[in-house]
Amino acid sequence: MTRTRSLGLIYLSPYILGLMAFTAIPFLASFYLSFTDYNLMQPPKWTGLENYIELFTSDRTFRRSLSVTLLYVFLTVPLKLAFALFIAYILNYKLRCINLFRTAFYVPSILGGSIAIAVLWRYIFATEGLVNMVLAWFGIEPVNWFGDPTNALFTITLLRCWQFGSAMVIFLAALQSIDKSLYEAAAIDGASKLRSFVFITIPLITPVIFFNLIMQMVQAFQEFNGPYIITQGGPLKSTYLLPLYIYDEAFKRFDMGYASAIAWVLFLIIMALTLVAFWSSKKWVFYAGDKRS
Amino acid sequence: MTDISHASDVFTAGADALAEARRHQRIQQRRARISAILRYAILFGVGLVMLYPLIWLVGASLKTNAEIFANPGFIPREPTTEGYVQGWETSTPYTFGRFFWNSFLIILPKTIGTAISCTMVAYGFARFDFPLKKLLFTSVIAILLLPNVVTRIPQYILFRELGWLDSFLPLWVPSAMAGDAFFVFMLVQFLRAIPDDMEQAARVDGCNSWQTLLFVVVPMLAPALISVCLFQFMWTMNDFLGPLIYISSVDKYPVSLALKLSIDTTEAFEWNRILAMSVLTITPALAVFFMAQKYFIEGISAGGIKG
Repeated sequence: MTRTRSLGLIYLSPYILGLMAFTAIPFLASFYLSFTDYNLMQPPKWTGLENYIELFTSDRTFRRSLSVTLLYVFLTVPLKLAFALFIAYILNYKLRCINLFRTAFYVPSILGGSIAIAVLWRYIFATEGLVNMVLAWFGIEPVNWFGDPTNALFTITLLRCWQFGSAMVIFLAALQSIDKSLYEAAAIDGASKLRSFVFITIPLITPVIFFNLIMQMVQAFQEFNGPYIITQGGPLKSTYLLPLYIYDEAFKRFDMGYASAIAWVLFLIIMALTLVAFWSSKKWVFYAGDKRS
Repeated sequence: MTDISHASDVFTAGADALAEARRHQRIQQRRARISAILRYAILFGVGLVMLYPLIWLVGASLKTNAEIFANPGFIPREPTTEGYVQGWETSTPYTFGRFFWNSFLIILPKTIGTAISCTMVAYGFARFDFPLKKLLFTSVIAILLLPNVVTRIPQYILFRELGWLDSFLPLWVPSAMAGDAFFVFMLVQFLRAIPDDMEQAARVDGCNSWQTLLFVVVPMLAPALISVCLFQFMWTMNDFLGPLIYISSVDKYPVSLALKLSIDTTEAFEWNRILAMSVLTITPALAVFFMAQKYFIEGISAGGIKG
């Protein structure tokens, strides 16, 4: 028995080593570094709360970056999830070529954070680009997508909403597992499509809504490629998301301590929102197991 | 008398009800048809909006520079491969072929390392009992949710101390240590669904646990392993931030960095070069996805039964 016990740990050894070297120790180290001044040349110098005090009192770039990040996340995540659910709902019907559609909608997600797609976005939303050409057919004046602070952030939101495929696939799988007889019973009782969607579909898929919400939120808070390639954080820092700021502080100015402090603020925000989601999930997420018992 | 009038009442009521039901059925059929048409219309519309940018990209890469911002259609008026020829040359001493080769050099060891380490770890989690197992498995899920942003800076400092900067090691090693928790999690779930009868039999026949892993478990895991490799391939192909932080010499650039470089260095109006290289950059991931689509489905459904 003791032999098997140690054997399991031997199989886990790469993971345990990796966990220590690349996750656990770096995690603690970045917490420590966030209280220091460290530029890679001299050893880290302990400065206490100075980085954090500077962040929250005098750093206007940080304030701007933080509010832009929150705006981006609160715009992107609900839009993307709503769109993914809407398309999954339409797909979940006896349609021909459902697989074809599913594949087509999934393709943009495959390309994910690819630089090529960010490049494509730059061209499509250029002042004389495809989007404005199409808008012109409807008599809409060309929009200055990248010159205007509100529009610029929105183009990045659109890019990520365009990649709703993976959330959609998860929603679709959940929708397909719902017992059809529930809808029939509701229809006999005179419930409209909308009512049965709100009172049957939504409650039954709350576990995957929850899952998608957490995953998309964590991902959105770490958005880097889109703004880095498409807008370089501009104009007027309107797309200067926190990961960009962290990157600049850490790898351009080599201010590792300050960058760690920003990273920790970002981490704490993500964690707080995740915990709120988990805590509130007891009230709105229904698991099939609970109901049957 | 009352009976007869009653009967006629019943009869007319029945006929009314029948007519009503028929009308209802007709309305429902029409509704179903309208609903189906509406669904197809939305799906086609959305599908077009979704895929048109990509179709346009391919078309535009074959256009002349003057046409890219003048023609919203995707069919080039004067098709030219100029963008591909000149884009491939790049403004560096290397061609894009070199950058593809670098991407390949990053992807191959990383994927192999991922497959081997994640298989071992998943096997350990799914088939053995050991101290702290619960805690360790919780750590897998914690890593899954942990934002990378918080560990990135100390990792960089660590790799710098090790002298690994500007090499592929920082990109390979964490993955080869089963660092991609998503894959570990996926393989553990997959293994748990497979009964361990075959492994028991192998053990009775005198296989040790390594032999059991290699000759019994790995073949059963094959579909799941293929999807692990495919995901890792696509993610690494698209990865930008990793190479951006760790790779500094141009001769080691993977395609994602090379593409960024070509945006920065190409003259302002030579758009078709950049678009042509963008097409080439996304081609491998798309090709792998379309070739391997069935593996994703098979991996999920048939895995346990096949072995």
